[in-house]
Amino acid sequence: MSTLKTILNTITGNVEQPPRICKKCNAEIPYEDYLANHCICPECGAYFRMRAVERLDATVDKGTFQEIDRKLKSKNPIDFPDYKEKLEKAEKASGLTEGVVCGTAKIDGIDCGLFIMDSAFMMGSMGTVVGEKITRLFEKATALGLPVIGFITSGGARMQEGIFSLMQMAKVSGAVKRHSEAGLLYIAVLTDPTTGGITASFAMQGDIIIAEPKALIGFAGQRVIEQTTGEKLPAGFQRAEFQLEHGFVDLIEERPRMTYTLAKLLKLHQA
Amino acid sequence: MADTKTAYERVQAARNGKRPMGSYYIEHMVDDFVELHGDRRFGDDAAIVAGIGYINHIPVTVIAMERGDTIEDRMKRNFGCPEPEGYRKALRLMKEAEKFHRPVICFIGSSGAYCGIEAEKRGQGLAIAENLYEMMGLKTPVISVVVGEGGSGGALALGVCDTAIMLENAVYSVISPEGCASILWKDASKAPEAAEHLRLTSYDLLSFDVVEKVIPETGKTDREICSALKTVLLDEIKKLSSLTTEELLDHRYQKFRKIGA
Ligand SMILES: [Zn+2]
Repeated sequence: MSTLKTILNTITGNVEQPPRICKKCNAEIPYEDYLANHCICPECGAYFRMRAVERLDATVDKGTFQEIDRKLKSKNPIDFPDYKEKLEKAEKASGLTEGVVCGTAKIDGIDCGLFIMDSAFMMGSMGTVVGEKITRLFEKATALGLPVIGFITSGGARMQEGIFSLMQMAKVSGAVKRHSEAGLLYIAVLTDPTTGGITASFAMQGDIIIAEPKALIGFAGQRVIEQTTGEKLPAGFQRAEFQLEHGFVDLIEERPRMTYTLAKLLKLHQA
Repeated sequence: MADTKTAYERVQAARNGKRPMGSYYIEHMVDDFVELHGDRRFGDDAAIVAGIGYINHIPVTVIAMERGDTIEDRMKRNFGCPEPEGYRKALRLMKEAEKFHRPVICFIGSSGAYCGIEAEKRGQGLAIAENLYEMMGLKTPVISVVVGEGGSGGALALGVCDTAIMLENAVYSVISPEGCASILWKDASKAPEAAEHLRLTSYDLLSFDVVEKVIPETGKTDREICSALKTVLLDEIKKLSSLTTEELLDHRYQKFRKIGA
């Protein structure tokens, strides 16, 4: 834990991590307790959105993660107004250069490729860099013969990169397909929220799709559906449990058991 | 050549109710067309018209978004916004085309995939994701033509291709200008400004190498545009049919791989 705390302190520029406040029950949780409890509120059980570094710490064998393409940054391909400033702000706020962290690591001794999206960077939206990093990760995993685990959270395609963002959906899909054709396993872990173009591409292309409890998972935004159809949305609409009921996710796994389940599945797929 | 329309004027032209959509091109370009229905899973989505016919004696599979003419027809077709069944029908018929080594031509013109409770229940996201994934490996030439509004993922679900063509006044965007303006400036009436910034016109996309060809419309009748498009399609079919499957699929992978690399 203490190494993670050091990393977080460094990337966020804080000397000390402040306590986390639960949005659901207002509980104030000291950061050490928060981490020890898998970023779940100990009072009411609400899941917080995990930072990539927290997920990494909870998932991989200590000291095995080797990050790739860490420094890749957007070039503002359509010169969208105020986008550069937005990127700079997101960098400062998140301590990341983009909305996904990629690399290789061991999970319970098994080598794999890993991508972890981070909603603290522009809602984990996908522009050229997120698309390129995930594509390279799949290509690298294909070359090395590694399975891929993806922790997904995203508001969708990033509109500030226009058509370039949209085309990343096709680009990543191509790399996922080549990885699959090489006989390799891809597990998608859907976390809150997974929406729009991400649901319409690699979130739904896993051999196995796992969701975290109550995670919002869907294609169309809820407000858009209400405005388009004038219908009231049913309770639990587009939540993980709804997706399980309708057959779109394989299983829902609680966060404290996630690494155990991933390790079990990885092992089951070893020749 | 190019006229001087603003981006938003092109958006309006692309959406114009009188603008020919998928069925028009099938009617005027494809001989002996046999429409094929249904996804063999749940139903038949009238927002997508699909079938087999000849273009100049070459058998092709055509998959076309269609918004309809009369108000009743448009209601039936969800104003051209496909539901999961439409994408699944498209994929089913692409697979049939692959089996018989027949080129696939997709006509795109829709504000996007249908947004509704039932569409979500039946996996709208998955349906699009499966098309992107399968089309990346489809072992037969695929040519996509944006003839109207190319709205986001719902358009891309017929847009993973070897050659992408746009009509001059078609647009292709990650988000509608209205949606973009609402999110950015909380004001949908600033859509014309958003349209400018989104770089969604045919000439923008040609300059980005996202599409390979633009069919000029200025000063042309619908029939002339259709005939010019037909000539380009025949050229492309000939070119793509000369490639081996491996070359074709590699070329398709690289076409998308280089975007934003
Ligand atoms: Zn709480």
